[in-house]
Amino acid sequence: MLTNSLVLGAAGGGFNGGDILYQLVMFIILLALLKKFAWGPLMGIMQQREEHIASEIEAAEESRAEAKKLLEEQRNLLKEARTEAQGLIESAKKQGDVQREEIIAAARTESDRIKESAKLEIEQQKEQAVAAIREQVASLSVLIASKVIEKELSAADQEKLINEYIQEAGEKR
Amino acid sequence: MHHEAPIVDFLGLNFNLSNVLMITVASAVVFIIALLSTRRMAMKPAGMQNFFEWIMDFVKNIINSTMDWKTGGRFHILGLTLIMYIFISNMLGLPFAIVYDHTLWWKSPTADPVITLTLAAMVVGLSHYYGVKLKGVGEYGKDFFRPMPFLFPLKIIEEFANTLTLGLRLYGNIYAGEILLTLLVGGLAHAGVGGMLAAILPTIVWQGFSIFVGSIQAFIFCMLTMVYMAHKVSHDH
Repeated sequence: MLTNSLVLGAAGGGFNGGDILYQLVMFIILLALLKKFAWGPLMGIMQQREEHIASEIEAAEESRAEAKKLLEEQRNLLKEARTEAQGLIESAKKQGDVQREEIIAAARTESDRIKESAKLEIEQQKEQAVAAIREQVASLSVLIASKVIEKELSAADQEKLINEYIQEAGEKR
Repeated sequence: MHHEAPIVDFLGLNFNLSNVLMITVASAVVFIIALLSTRRMAMKPAGMQNFFEWIMDFVKNIINSTMDWKTGGRFHILGLTLIMYIFISNMLGLPFAIVYDHTLWWKSPTADPVITLTLAAMVVGLSHYYGVKLKGVGEYGKDFFRPMPFLFPLKIIEEFANTLTLGLRLYGNIYAGEILLTLLVGGLAHAGVGGMLAAILPTIVWQGFSIFVGSIQAFIFCMLTMVYMAHKVSHDH
């Protein structure tokens, strides 16, 4: 009984050419079907994924480089702005110094000029006063002379009179 | 218990209808799995797609271990089909064997030497075809006299030996597994209650082992296919 069941896989009598043919044909059909429906599309999508990943990595690298470049640019700009500001301050300071000097010099010349004119005026005033005194002295002496002539006085009287007049003249002034 | 094979004569060829049925079923199962795996494909794989991509990577690694991908890439789909078809075939015979009217209908198609030798012969034939195609007839012919010319007879024998061992290894492993399962379930379990109880544990153990053997054999078949291919195709052998 058991020996009979052991012929499970044996083909029995005759050459099993049909099985061979059928197996071959079925295998080729299965291969073609798998290639069309599973292998092809999956390979495609795996390829696509590979490309996607590669391009993503590339893009990431690119953007990183760009960010680096931008950072460098910004840094340079900042540096530039800083130096520019420094320059501005420097030049403003210089200008302020120059201006101060100018103002001081102008003030000095102005004051000199005012002083000069004041001196000149004082001189003029003095001259005027001296002229006025001279005139007065002249008229007084004329007056004194006329008085002396009028009275014909003694020497004492004359002296007394002169003193009187001088005093008078002093009081008048 | 006498199992007949349902053989039909058609156009002068003998068709074992049980083989025809099981080949069809195995192919259909493989195709359905492949179709389900790739029904919704996305750049971010999920579920079955992951599983199928894992199988593809597995086969790719097998190929990469024997030859470089530039020449081996063309065998990817062959290896994929082989490993899936043989694995499913090996598994089909495990859960049950259907016997109808003393004829055995449901079994592993790989438990038949005709089937496994057909696959083996196809693989070896393909290796020769690609050997000629990729290296030219001259180089291909010279390979039979390398490294030493007196090894030529051995080289010829090697080709037949390769075919036989490749087919019979698979057949032997699966057939032995099914025989033991048939003996355990059909013989021991029918010998009364005690026999039935005694059969439970070894049946479970043997089924687990058969799953292991079936997977390993599918892997080995695919691996050896690629080794033979590499042997014929690559230049440094």
